[in-house]
Formats: sequence, structure tokens, C-alpha cells
Amino acid sequence: MESTFTKWALGIWTALVIVFLFVPIAIIVVYAFNPSHIQTWPLPGLSTRWFPAAWHNREIRHALWLSVKAALLATGISVTLGTAAAFAVHRFKFFGREAVSFIVVLPIALPGVLTGIALNSFFGFWHIGLSYWTIVIGHATFCIVIVYNNVIARLRRISGSLREASMDLGADTFVTFRRITLPMLSTALISGALLAFALSLDEVIVTTFTAGAQNTLPLWIFGAIRLGQRLPEVNVVVTVVMLATLIPVILAYRLMNRAPADTGK
Amino acid sequence: MQRTASAADFNAAQRFFRRASSLLWRRPRVAATVLLAPPMLWFVLIYLAALGILFLSAFWTVDDFTGEIVHQWTLINFETLATSETYRAIAGRTLGIAALVTLTDIVLAFPCAYFMARIAGPRLRATLFVVMLLPIWLSYVARVYAWRLILAHDGVLNWTLHQLGLPAADIGYTNTAMWLVFSYIWLPFMITPIYAAIERVPGSLFEASADLGAKGLRTFVKVTLPLVVPGIIAGSIFTFSLTMGDYITPILIGGPGSSFIGNVVYSNVGIANDIPFAAAFATIPAVVMVAYLFAARRLGAFEMM
Repeated sequence: MESTFTKWALGIWTALVIVFLFVPIAIIVVYAFNPSHIQTWPLPGLSTRWFPAAWHNREIRHALWLSVKAALLATGISVTLGTAAAFAVHRFKFFGREAVSFIVVLPIALPGVLTGIALNSFFGFWHIGLSYWTIVIGHATFCIVIVYNNVIARLRRISGSLREASMDLGADTFVTFRRITLPMLSTALISGALLAFALSLDEVIVTTFTAGAQNTLPLWIFGAIRLGQRLPEVNVVVTVVMLATLIPVILAYRLMNRAPADTGK
Repeated sequence: MQRTASAADFNAAQRFFRRASSLLWRRPRVAATVLLAPPMLWFVLIYLAALGILFLSAFWTVDDFTGEIVHQWTLINFETLATSETYRAIAGRTLGIAALVTLTDIVLAFPCAYFMARIAGPRLRATLFVVMLLPIWLSYVARVYAWRLILAHDGVLNWTLHQLGLPAADIGYTNTAMWLVFSYIWLPFMITPIYAAIERVPGSLFEASADLGAKGLRTFVKVTLPLVVPGIIAGSIFTFSLTMGDYITPILIGGPGSSFIGNVVYSNVGIANDIPFAAAFATIPAVVMVAYLFAARRLGAFEMM
């Protein structure tokens, strides 16, 4: 058993790690209110002048819209495919069942640059021009695992007897799925979808290789920082994007941990 | 008339679903195939095919005049890599920093995971879980950029040091800065798997160890640590692989001499347009990771992910 000293030491360590994790994020938010073009600390004052500037910037709007469109479709694909794979692995025993969970996790377990250049040379090999669609294909590939993990974790917690009872009472596979399994699964699906959406919206390492000439929002941000241009707008965009992703992600975690029994009733 | 027709349609549809349902029930093979085919086709036809083409193209070359890829077997790319001091240094730096970042994150994450799993109450634990994982989902570029602002010459770090009467630390655009930023960015990926591993250790084991006379540290070394190894390995898959596959942080945080394998790959796809060479260099992290993944799977690390 841990001594009181150990407990306190661990608690303080945890608190310090949280500070370490969030101080940089807080600093970015403060910089968004920097009135100056020059990014130095301490700030010469506070101002919201760059918020309208960023809002009216056409490049930013285009990039944001492309990112949202890509994230929506990539999320749709990964929810469909990730759920199907999770069901197959959970319900059935078949040859290569273990391999499925291995393959699904590969796109995020292998170094990002590898996935990026592999997709890039794949599209080049088949003479497929880089476009919105290639961005979506890349994003869906690494988002599937997020949904898969969420759904399979929930399936393991749902007891199979409810499904059997439903079928004993005369409901067929589809009715049972709609009336029994889906309601118990819905929060896991929503949280998986939200996290996949957040991941797609922020991804930059693979996207560089699949985007061609168009900019998604993270690509625009990366380019601007790299060239040292439009940094005041970058501060604003980055702050807004982070605060906007905060809500769906917190929601996703709340839904993920909700017991299936609460949602089934 | 129309009414009976639609009723008949409805009955037909119902019969169809009934039959499909009982078919799927009696033939689990059919059901499994229907579910599994779309995701597996996606992975095999796109992702695994892409990795295959990448691997093959490492043995191809580029025509100097046309810039087209020539499908002719050659080991020239690997020869260039093996004989070049520069590329060896880059590979060494990439793997070295990835290993260092992994160790740093284990040290930072372990006490947090332990606190969450064994000391915090259920409510605090749930909150900490969300708080610790939150940064993963917040813009990656933004968080790297934050460090650029902090470590800049006129940034928060030097200002704070100045206020404390300490000399300025000019670590911006160095390997040290990269190590710090990578450790920061990937830290949350280490916390969850270690937490999952500690949570699985039954509390009675700690009591048994204490009853048998082991002091806190001995219990930790003999009981806790061995049981938590799969969790540490699961976390290290992410920290190691994500660091190894990065090129954004070296560009934004590293200096002129901090190129990673990813940077060479990136510039060869974009500007230099030599995909075969980029592919050859990318096989290094690929081989390292695949070997690591297989070892991790044998050690049960996948259960913790």
C-alpha cells in the first residue's frame, strides 16, 4: 500500500504534468489577442483586431471549408467500415481474425510519413491526381481504427443475452440490430465519429502527401508558420480551432464511458 | 387495388428480410463475409497495396531527364543511403531522438497513470482521463507552434528566466528543443496504455506482496513493473513511431542540422521528386516498426491499446 508521502508525491507530479500539457495551449490563446504583428513576450497589450481579419481572409475560409468537407466524408466512411469490422471480429471466429485488429491499427502505428508517402506513390502509380478525394481516402484509412476501437470496446461490454432474447421473441437479425444492438451502441458510435472527425480535421503529416495543390486548414497553418507570414491570423485561427474541437471531444469522452445499460433503457 | 398491391409489396419485402435474416443466422460465414469484406477490401486494395507499391518503388529509379519513375530493378537507392555519411547521421538522429522521447514520456507518464489507476477516486479518475487525453485531439500544428513562440529568443521562456534572474536559454531551433517538443506532443499517448495496464493488476497482489514483507519499492520493482511492461510497450509504439515519422516538428522547431528521415522523404516527394529514393529511406522506419509491432504483440501489448 502506498504511503501518504507517495500519494502526495504522485498527486503533485500529476498536477505538474497537467500544467506542462496545458501551459503551451494557454499561451497560444493569449497570443491570439496580441495587437502587434511581432510575436514577442510580454505582449504590448490586448486586442481582438485579428479576429475579424482572420474571419474575412478568403484563403482561411477555403481551407476551413475543405477540411470540414473532407472530415465529414472521412468520418462517414470510417464509421461504416470501422463498425462493420468491429462486428465481424466480435461476433465471429474466422481464420485471420487476429490479423484484422493488426491491419486496422497499422495506419496509426506506422510512422505518419510512411503512410503519407505510401499513399502518394500509390496514387502516382495509378495516375490518380491528388484532389479532395485522395485527402478523404487518406483520412478515412487512419480514422477507421478510432471507430473500430470504440465500437469493439462497447460490444465487449454489451451482453449477448439481450440479443438472443430478442431473437427468441421472434425478432429477426435486422430488427434486433435496430431495436437492441444499435441503441446500446449509439453512444460509442457517436463518440467514435466525433473523435474521427477531430483527428481528420487536424491531420497534417499524411495530408501533405495526399492534398496536391489545395490547402486544408492545418496545411495552411503549417505553411504560414513556416514562411513566417500572417502569424497574427494564425494565432487566431489556431485558438478558434482548438476551442471548437474542445467541445466535441469532451462530449465524445462522456459518451464513450457511459454504461450501455443507461442507454439501453 | 393499389392498396393490396402495396400490402403485397410489403409482405414480399418482409419475407425477403426474414429469409435474409435466417440465412445470416444459419450461415455465420455469409454474415461474417458481408461485414468483413468492405473494410478489408479498403485496407488490402488501398493501404496494403500502397505499402506494397512503396516497397517496390524503393528498388526503382528516376530518369534524370524526364523525371519519370523507371520500373527497373536497382539497388542504387540503398547504396546511396548506405554510403552517405549525411543519411546515416539523419537516420541515427531520428532513431536516437525517438528513443529518447519514448524514455522521457515513460518517466513523465508512469506516475500520472499510477495516480489515476490506484489513488484517484472514480470521479477524479474520469476527469483526469479526459484532461490528460484532451491535447491529443487539439491541433497538432498549433501545439508545435506554441513551443515555437515559447522557445523563441523573445519568448515566454527567456522572459521567465530573466524575471528569475537567470541567464537566457537559447534552445530554440536545436535538437534539445525537438526532444522537448516531441516529448510534449506525444505524452498523452503514453498515459492511457500504462494506466490500462496498472488498472488490470488486481489490488490483492499489492496486499499479498506487502503481507509477505516487501516494502513499497520492492513491491514496485518485483510486482508492479513486470505486470505493467505490456502497457509501457503499447505506449512506446505510439511515441516511438510518431516521433520517427514526423517532419513538421523538425521544420518548425529544429535548426538547420536537425533533419529527420521524414524531412528527406518530404523534400524528395515535393521538390526533388525522387519517390524511389524517398521510398528507400522510408523502409528504415517501416522495418523498425514492423519488427517492433510483432515483438509487442507477442508481449501482449495490443491488449493495452
